[in-house]
Amino acid sequence: MAFIELEGVEKTFTVRRKRGRFTRTKDEVRAVEGLTFGVERGEMVGYIGPNGAGKSTTVKMLTGILTPSAGRLRVAGVDPQKERVRLAQRIGVVFGQRTTLWWDLPLRDSFTLVRRIYRIPQDRFEENLGRCVDQLELGPLLDTPVRQLSLGQRMRGDITAALLHDPEVLYLDEPTIGLDILSKATVRRFLAEVNARGTTVLLTTHDLQDIEQLCRRVMVIDHGRVVYDGGLEGLQGSDGAERTLVVDLAGPSPAIDVDGARVVRREGDGERQWLAFPAGRSAAPLVAAVAERYPLVDLSVREPDIEDVIARLYRGVPAQAT
Amino acid sequence: MRLHAARLYRTVAAGTFRRYSTYRAATIAGVFTNTVFGFIMAYTYLALWNVRPHLGGYTASDALTYVFIGQSLFAVVAVFGGGATDDMIGRIRSGDISVDLYRPVDLQTWWLATDLGRAAFQFLARGIPPTVVGALAFHLSLPSDPLVWLAFLLSAFLGLLVSFSVRYLVALSGFWLIDTSGTQAAAGILGMFFSGQLLPLNIFPGALKQIAMLLPWAGMQQLPIDVLLRTTASLGGLGGVLALQVTWAAVLLALGRLVTATAVRKVVFQGG
Repeated sequence: MAFIELEGVEKTFTVRRKRGRFTRTKDEVRAVEGLTFGVERGEMVGYIGPNGAGKSTTVKMLTGILTPSAGRLRVAGVDPQKERVRLAQRIGVVFGQRTTLWWDLPLRDSFTLVRRIYRIPQDRFEENLGRCVDQLELGPLLDTPVRQLSLGQRMRGDITAALLHDPEVLYLDEPTIGLDILSKATVRRFLAEVNARGTTVLLTTHDLQDIEQLCRRVMVIDHGRVVYDGGLEGLQGSDGAERTLVVDLAGPSPAIDVDGARVVRREGDGERQWLAFPAGRSAAPLVAAVAERYPLVDLSVREPDIEDVIARLYRGVPAQAT
Repeated sequence: MRLHAARLYRTVAAGTFRRYSTYRAATIAGVFTNTVFGFIMAYTYLALWNVRPHLGGYTASDALTYVFIGQSLFAVVAVFGGGATDDMIGRIRSGDISVDLYRPVDLQTWWLATDLGRAAFQFLARGIPPTVVGALAFHLSLPSDPLVWLAFLLSAFLGLLVSFSVRYLVALSGFWLIDTSGTQAAAGILGMFFSGQLLPLNIFPGALKQIAMLLPWAGMQQLPIDVLLRTTASLGGLGGVLALQVTWAAVLLALGRLVTATAVRKVVFQGG
């Protein structure tokens, strides 16, 4: 049995809408439907999808603060709805946009509070705090009131607060939102380390760099369903994704005509042309064919952009590099 | 288990105490306001008691004591809101409360501990000065028996528990209403009138006084001050007052638990 297991999970919300001045109608909104997947212990999985796809709803059901309308759900063999408080001892949650830290008090005080909440033995607490402080560079900030921290510093504080009790599974929702490049790199390096130590991580994000650098497996969810589950490379090659060969010619030229590729764009009267070809195919024969018949000056190959791939996946259109 | 829980909530209370101690300007402004307001009310009451001596069974000195102790209790008991429950209202409105549900803590006890930490700070910072200043400027009927002071503190503490329970219920209404300004305003007006903050309840005529004295709000100001002034005869003495306060605290805290469970269930089944 997988560590995190969902089987045919559905969640329907009833939304009241105003129709006339006094009349209201009840509409059913399906946030999640027929969600089925498993995550093994120690995996780090990217869980992505457009806004409103059902990502947060899934995380809320996994933590037990939302009850599914139908289906079966287990985390570490436990039904989160029935044993929310007991399961809370074993999970860590970071919502990038929300904070659990004590706003007006030094960062250190929030960590002491976490120690009390989760009844963490003193030695383990000190060891875990020491490691987090060290790797997330929080040392000089421990005595600073949380309200004076920058967004990146506060986020690192929240991540620390979520990990002090050695949770078996960590849910991250946009842990790098609004951070600068340096802070992002620090957070990512740290999360990779957390995962390497055996913590199962489910990472929800809109930042695909997070996924590229951290997750071997990616699940794309849209309209409450998993539309892709697999490796990142597979995502790039899926759904007829195409790579692009950009060629610079010595002078103006009509559209290049070679087998296995088609011109998708021309510039400067054909001096620069973009040729799309299937992502699974090697570029070498194509380059040779072009060089043989056209005055080739320069070239480059562009991989399908993951962001574009996903955007197309969301819309159900084959991906294409630009 | 219980020991751990006690330690947790003590940490919460201690943290909140320190948190409030960082708001120095607000504290000074609050002390100033309560003291000045005490003087304004003192002269108003004096005018009233000059025309009607022994109104409500109080001497003029009793009435002045009522004013300044009332100003001292103002921030501590937080009849009008302004306690830690205001933070709770903010967290419900922003949705941050869902993050709180991820933690293995009891929502009601958590906020009670927060409010007690706040009240402890405000007792020291905002409770003591108005009465001290009032006692220097006027002749107040303050008791010399330390046991009476002890009984007063106990009664004031019970009043705080009742006040918290009411504010907590108001905050919980946010789970259904989102905007709680209506319930807050209603609770504020009821509190202002029925706690005796505006005028002592014992100057009201017949039935109104009898009923008002038995409502939960009386325990937030009127009853603790009556304990201090030893004017509790009509309520069955000190024992009667404390029993009434304990009953209200127990009933309202239990009601709070019940509504918490419903609110959490609502969030859990229907989403925030």
